Amino acid sequence: MRRAVKIILIGFSVTLLIIAQNSHAAEIEIREFPNNRVSADYQQLINELRCLVCQNQNLAASDADLASDLRDETYNMLISGKTVAEVKEFMVARYGEFVLYKPPFSPATWIIWIGPFVLLAFGLFIAVRITRNSANTSIPAPSAADEKRVNKLLDN
Amino acid sequence: MTDKSITRKPIFWVPLALFFGLCVLLAIGLTLNPREIPSPLIGKTAPAFELPILSDPEQQFSTLDSLGKPWILNVWASWCVACRYEHPILNEFAQNNDTFIVGLNYKDPPANGQAWLDQFGDPYTLSVIDFDGRVGIDWGVYGVPETFVMDASGIIRYKHIGPITVASLQNEIVPLLRELSSEPKTQIREPEF
Repeated sequence: MRRAVKIILIGFSVTLLIIAQNSHAAEIEIREFPNNRVSADYQQLINELRCLVCQNQNLAASDADLASDLRDETYNMLISGKTVAEVKEFMVARYGEFVLYKPPFSPATWIIWIGPFVLLAFGLFIAVRITRNSANTSIPAPSAADEKRVNKLLDN
Repeated sequence: MTDKSITRKPIFWVPLALFFGLCVLLAIGLTLNPREIPSPLIGKTAPAFELPILSDPEQQFSTLDSLGKPWILNVWASWCVACRYEHPILNEFAQNNDTFIVGLNYKDPPANGQAWLDQFGDPYTLSVIDFDGRVGIDWGVYGVPETFVMDASGIIRYKHIGPITVASLQNEIVPLLRELSSEPKTQIREPEF
């Protein structure tokens, strides 16, 4: 009995170890920054730039080879004194506006930025109209014939 | 208010119209391939590079060398599974055409790249080594294989993402090359933005 418990415990801890190792599959990159500003810019960029290989992840979250290359590129550009806008420009020139998780406010993206507010306004307008209409409509008094029928039905 | 009077109001039909509009948009969305991101580089001058040649790393190839005639850049790697699919198609194309094809051996140890060409055949006029993938970034490469077609003045005219198929070769690349080779060679095109 004791042996069985021992074996189960060992098996359990080995499983835990394997899970723990796999969850740290992504290598932790250690980068040094000259000051907090550059560090903040770097964090902002890798969170706002999209990984093109795994399209629903940003550079910060992606484990793809290209994402790691683009993180290096971002880091090197910032270290060499480039601004956030310049790094974004560099990426957009190569990969298109698709790399930006936060698309710029341009005629092509107006519908994305304004659309939800237009829909919300439209919905509010409809809601107000419906509630007003239902408040205004008074229920007409039943006709004499209807009242007679109701009374007859209730009496039965 | 009876049911009839509601249906007469135009607003009654708005949700239905919105629903069908959404259906049309979603139906269009289903036919698109989200992996194909339009390249902003089309219509612009091809990014210049100078890289060692795979078969003879002592020598460098510069994009300037290919100026004056249309050329193709094909991004490939020995670790790329889809490249195996397109490789026989490229081999056959190279046999029947004398187009200048540069292979960009992307993020691949040169020995692996050379072994791959020895095994599967070499359709390229020459291949260059982009071991760190830096030139790949300049060309906006995000999924190997990728294929670019440049005109005689070095402007990127076409990009194909993913393996080339016989259909894409016959319907797009070959007609484009025919059109490009008939264009006057001295003509310098301004990059289109």
